[in-house]
Amino acid sequence: MELFELTVHALQQKLASRQVSSEEIVKSIFARINKVDDKVKAFITLTEEDALNKAREVDNAGQYKGIAGIPLGLKDLFCTPGVNTTCGSKMLADFVPTYASTAFRRLEEQQGILAGKLNMDEFAMGSSTENSSFFATCNPWDLTRVPGGSSGGSAAAVSADEVPFSLGTDTGGSIRQPASFCGVVGMKPTYGRVSRWGVIAFASSLDQVGVISKDVYDNALIMKIIAGHDHLDSTSAALDVPDYTACLDGDIKGLRVAYPQEYFGSGVDAAIKDAIKKALLKYEELGAIVEEVSLPHSEYALPAYYLVAPAEASANLARFDGVRYGYRDNEAENMEAMFSQTRCQGFGDEVKRRIMLGTYALSSGYYDAYYLKALKVRRLIADDFTRVFKDFDIIVAPTTPTTAFKLGKQSGDPLTLYMNDILTVPVNMAGLPGMSIPCGFDQGMPIGMQIIGKAFDEATIYKAAYAYEQSTNFHTMKPALGVE
Amino acid sequence: MALTIKEVEHVALLARLSLSEDEKVKLSQQLGAILNYADTLNTIPTDNVEPLTHILSVHNVFRADEVQPSMPREEMLANAPLVEAGYYKVPKIM
Repeated sequence: MELFELTVHALQQKLASRQVSSEEIVKSIFARINKVDDKVKAFITLTEEDALNKAREVDNAGQYKGIAGIPLGLKDLFCTPGVNTTCGSKMLADFVPTYASTAFRRLEEQQGILAGKLNMDEFAMGSSTENSSFFATCNPWDLTRVPGGSSGGSAAAVSADEVPFSLGTDTGGSIRQPASFCGVVGMKPTYGRVSRWGVIAFASSLDQVGVISKDVYDNALIMKIIAGHDHLDSTSAALDVPDYTACLDGDIKGLRVAYPQEYFGSGVDAAIKDAIKKALLKYEELGAIVEEVSLPHSEYALPAYYLVAPAEASANLARFDGVRYGYRDNEAENMEAMFSQTRCQGFGDEVKRRIMLGTYALSSGYYDAYYLKALKVRRLIADDFTRVFKDFDIIVAPTTPTTAFKLGKQSGDPLTLYMNDILTVPVNMAGLPGMSIPCGFDQGMPIGMQIIGKAFDEATIYKAAYAYEQSTNFHTMKPALGVE
Repeated sequence: MALTIKEVEHVALLARLSLSEDEKVKLSQQLGAILNYADTLNTIPTDNVEPLTHILSVHNVFRADEVQPSMPREEMLANAPLVEAGYYKVPKIM
């Protein structure tokens, strides 16, 4: 196997036993990127020279602790000092942060090496990465299809072996859905588990940082590094972070697994339902107790989400006014015109649509009917999960209703595109941890299985995901990409 | 039901977005369709339900009232489109 194909834990072993240097790994990664990224188009910015310099520093120091010397990619909304952070938007095309997001800083403290910044839907709004202001990313399994979104670049880059792992964010499915579409492992931890400081905000009560990786072990390993309280984010939880890799023993005898009937409805492709049902049989084989349950308010999660998330976004994105950072229309003659022209030229269609929707839902006369109503429904959705988790350890469901769809196919009607999030959004509304792992293929395209856990119980999700992964070989399959 | 162009213009003013005529027409349809879909929420009774604003039950997280260094002015201004004499520069207000 080539170095660029290896997992983080395999690279750690090779570094520790001095079989390879960090410089060789970084060179291998960039050779791979140079070979495939004109097809996949996962990266907005590459940081090759810095990466090579850092690799040499690590090699010279000769200490390979943690993820020292291992390359990584970041969704382009994590602030990186001295490196452009665009959020996939014309608004921030030239924005160069002067500080590092906490999640990235924790990786850098262990001498993880940034390879580049990854494409995304503008301001993380979308399910296909086609809403990027710059270009669309392609699915490595079929270049005519989308990688999912909004963390589409993060999932595609891991799937195409351009980086061993990446970070993304998930507000309504933006880690799990692209992980599912690209056949990789993606974890959105509990709201509050990872600091959001230095991460450009979309919807602050829903956004959460997570990890996209080639296998479950790597995901657990990286999550342990980035998770934990941060005084710079007052919503980050002051709880201990367990050693997630320590619980990966494959023993899930007696684990109580629920599958919600509402997640197997007529909108979900038959091939996907079959793959999840097979996975449930596998869980029984491994000694778990599997039962059907009901989450009766599931169908209301999506309409509630599309009020709450845009409302929060409209407030968060008010800061882009052309004064302190980002794009400005320099032609505007007065202050009012500068605000509204800057915003109209700097934001793309989907972002404007959501700002308008959110502003409407929060505006005088409509607040109670839309925003407050949605928050009440949000409570009912969270209560559904609480009830099920009294008797069960995890919930298993499909991640997406379909496999990756064709590029350019679904951009016409916004509501149709929003339907892609129907199986992932409830988890964000309830603030719970959710993961997607590969569990099959339909006509050559990967299928993802979603595992949902109790609040702050990522450990049980990792344990269950690992047991399944180790008894199957879906995670070892690689896209051909038409190269040697 | 579509929003009226007047409603779209009112919301655009609140959101500080100068929309083109085409955008206004398109948004009146699209926002109408999304709000229609949102109306399905009205089929469930929520009279005695407490709104859930935040998943964690944390309130007013304070730090000790101690002076800490803040970001240097040059760094704060580094990304501003227009700066003069250590200040953000904007078009005339008055």
